[in-house]
Amino acid sequence: MSENLNNAELLKTCLYDRHVALQAKMSPFAGFMMPIQYDSITVEHNAVRQKVGMFDVSHMGEIFVEGPEAEKFVNWIFTNEIRGFEPGKVLYGMMCYPEGGVVDDLLVYREFAPEHFLLVVNAANIDKDFAWIEEHAKGFDCVVRNESPVWGQIAVQGPEAEKTVVGVLGLKEAENLGFYTFYDAEYKGKRLIVSRTGYTGEDGFELYTSLEGTVDLWDRLIAAGVQPCGLGCRDTLRFEAGLPLYGDELSPEISPVMAGLGMFCKYEKDFIGKEALLAQKGGEIVRKLVGIEIEDKAIPRAGYPVETPEGEEVGIVTTGYHSISLDKSVCFALVDKAYAALDTPLSIRIRKKVFPGKVVKKRFYQTNYKK
Amino acid sequence: MSKIIEGLKYSESHEWVKVEGGVAVVGVTDFAQKEMGDITYVDMPDVDDEVTAGEEFGALESVKAASDLISPVSGKVVEVNEALDDTPELVNEDAFENWIIKVEMSDPSELDALMDAAAYKEHIGE
Repeated sequence: MSENLNNAELLKTCLYDRHVALQAKMSPFAGFMMPIQYDSITVEHNAVRQKVGMFDVSHMGEIFVEGPEAEKFVNWIFTNEIRGFEPGKVLYGMMCYPEGGVVDDLLVYREFAPEHFLLVVNAANIDKDFAWIEEHAKGFDCVVRNESPVWGQIAVQGPEAEKTVVGVLGLKEAENLGFYTFYDAEYKGKRLIVSRTGYTGEDGFELYTSLEGTVDLWDRLIAAGVQPCGLGCRDTLRFEAGLPLYGDELSPEISPVMAGLGMFCKYEKDFIGKEALLAQKGGEIVRKLVGIEIEDKAIPRAGYPVETPEGEEVGIVTTGYHSISLDKSVCFALVDKAYAALDTPLSIRIRKKVFPGKVVKKRFYQTNYKK
Repeated sequence: MSKIIEGLKYSESHEWVKVEGGVAVVGVTDFAQKEMGDITYVDMPDVDDEVTAGEEFGALESVKAASDLISPVSGKVVEVNEALDDTPELVNEDAFENWIIKVEMSDPSELDALMDAAAYKEHIGE
């Protein structure tokens, strides 16, 4: 969809001028004009794996839910279990259609005020998600607000992320923050959410604040020499860490069960899509998402066919790279479930040639999260 | 500014051709390698494969994307640059020095359809 938009119709994040000044290669993504890379993707990727890098992720959506039945409502639309999860914690999961396909994958923040939640959703899905949430909130005593346009967000990621947010930005409490938790601070007179989360497989923080505050944080991080990183390496990093991207590994056609993300669906409670997902879990699925490693430097790309050694087509690649951190050609692929077991020999057809490989774990890279 | 060499022939899809008798030495232009970014893999045909003008004969792969290589001439592949198997980044270092294939041309008149350096410079808007 976004490919069809003229540049004039594309949205800009609050950091757009900074990206242009840094001479980033810009490209449309999810309806926004976004930086793909500032330096080379490899340099940016390695900065995050070895030191620290930062991303403008202001395009992400922030939807707030509050009211006496906020918890009850969020738990109804969200696959994961939010009852009993404490203020200051963050939980990953999905919103599903009744048929089990995915509306979006998202983070749910349980705020410090009772019955207050923040839902952080994918940029491409903000309007769709908000409409879905509003529609399903009818009948629950709560209000929902889409505040996406007034929030900026910077992700600071890498083994030196803590040192950076503490040392450069003076966010001292970040030191004690556990993985998937957050705290509230104030920055330039506005709320600042410091969240120990990310999408790279490394330790890191996501900082949500006002548009003005976001620009100020960015400038301070740049002045301190932090490597700006674009969406190019955001994808190579999340891919190596085995993290799905909505649209590639999750979609209305690809359920969490198919994607191997069933651990984020809790069947002891009711939620939209539960019956369909339970049926899939019980055996009613045709395809499963797997990792495949091939014995060559050729690169499996999205859409390339997956074949058995006998040449029968049994699946399709969803994301693939020559992994920067592992120096191996690996991909995620949706394959007939009969071929999804580890070590199953499968080949990828890349243009005119067929490259043999085998099924491997989807987490190609050993992640380094804060314990 | 991208480097362009006088005396070579250029295709719209950013391949260059250096004519050595009946053999066409084919590579990609400096402009193309810059657009691609870090090249991580060069998919090349085998010696003795037939290639056809205007048709794909291989691909360049960067981290992010694959880009087809389009043959500017027809004929038989007589040599491939095997150094690119292990060090594809040579194309980034010098796209004109590091040719990709050599083709024994079956119809040298196909060269007339290609651009000269001045026309190519205009084609890429530099």
